[in-house]
Amino acid sequence: MTLATRIIPCLDVSNGRVVKGINFQNLVDAGDPVEMAQIYGAEGADELTFLDITASSEGRKTTLEVVRRTAEEVFIPLTVGGGISSVANVDELLRAGADKISINTAAIKNPSLINEISERFGNQVIVLSIDAKRGRTKSGFEVTTHGGRNVTGIDALDWIKESIDRGAGEILLNSMDMDGTRAGYDLEMIRKVREISAIPIIASGGAGDIEDFGKAIESGADALLAASVFHFGIYRIGDIKRDLSRKGFSVRQVGI
Amino acid sequence: MIAILDYGSGNIRSAQRAFERGNHEVVVTSSFEQALKADGLVIPGVGAFGACMSGLLGVRGDELIRERLAAGRKIFGICVGMQILFSQSAELYEGKSVSGVGIFPQQVKKLVAPVLPHIGWNSLTDADKSETFSGVENEQFYFVHSYGVLDEVSNAKCIYSNYGSEFVAAVETELITATQFHPEKSGPAGLRLIENWVNSL
Repeated sequence: MTLATRIIPCLDVSNGRVVKGINFQNLVDAGDPVEMAQIYGAEGADELTFLDITASSEGRKTTLEVVRRTAEEVFIPLTVGGGISSVANVDELLRAGADKISINTAAIKNPSLINEISERFGNQVIVLSIDAKRGRTKSGFEVTTHGGRNVTGIDALDWIKESIDRGAGEILLNSMDMDGTRAGYDLEMIRKVREISAIPIIASGGAGDIEDFGKAIESGADALLAASVFHFGIYRIGDIKRDLSRKGFSVRQVGI
Repeated sequence: MIAILDYGSGNIRSAQRAFERGNHEVVVTSSFEQALKADGLVIPGVGAFGACMSGLLGVRGDELIRERLAAGRKIFGICVGMQILFSQSAELYEGKSVSGVGIFPQQVKKLVAPVLPHIGWNSLTDADKSETFSGVENEQFYFVHSYGVLDEVSNAKCIYSNYGSEFVAAVETELITATQFHPEKSGPAGLRLIENWVNSL
């Protein structure tokens, strides 16, 4: 009896449509986030993450509608991130049916946003998303923005400690060195963050081979997020869970 | 009719849809009368215990719970909606510990585990004691919390889970079913549990 390691597919959504999507054979509309969420749910996803990459405020209204429809059809936790910069944004998303929100750049610009959200809704709704890569800061890992293109000079471990103190409930740790490479999660970074974090860590960036998932758990991850391995159909969620289970890791099996 | 009590406690969209899967009409309401008369009352709850209690008292939820129990009408509490049935929580709110409705005398305490909140899918022990869990005794359910009931609840069936130490995952009496986990976020297992409860009304 142990807590299962969560497997979390991430969908990039723009103007209410999935941008990078897997071509499931039984999918009617490959661009519909709700339909894709249903399929991932049925395949055993333990949680879903929508990353809203919409630029316009018009498009963001569409996202709320997508969240609403998903929450009505898919009975697993839903995290929404991308472009959230105020308590009002969070309120809107939670009312629409999101269970958690992830914040990234807005928290770097205005760290007290973490306190404000936590005081209003509880720390369990805040996933602090951090895009880190190897850099010259003291831990060797530096916070970046704009998909890793802009370095901030902020040390990743310092920022994580501060965000936990301010009320973050989970860390979504994105490795900008490994992102998109499918060469494996950044295990060294996971281990370093585990040493200083008493809140759950969701590892992200680099998953490509089935062996990568177990290694990230051994390095201290509580949950594993992946995008391209699922989108490109390299592995199905069931494949990963069966493999982890065979290796003795605790995963959720959908029995009914 | 099933009433979902609306007292400003966050996301209830999934709960509404989940309870609609039976043959009952489901209303989301903050009306005392409507919530009192409903065949079943669902008390959701997300966030801080103190904030939930304050919202609950705002709709006279404490009286509502006592009156329903006195009238023999069923209640389903979810997450903090379960915790508020207890006497007090150690979770500080504006610097103070807050009293609950006190249907059960035990207190809500901080979980004892190296990583908190407890977020994710966990299994249960002793679920076979409850008919509401029929068919899902061995399933995992979705939890998200840092506080919980660590002591045995007297005069009630207790179903346990373990995270760092043992805690009460669900508590049940003739009229009360309450879960620390979120059945409306627990996939097919959670939907089955809800369906079992709805069918018992």
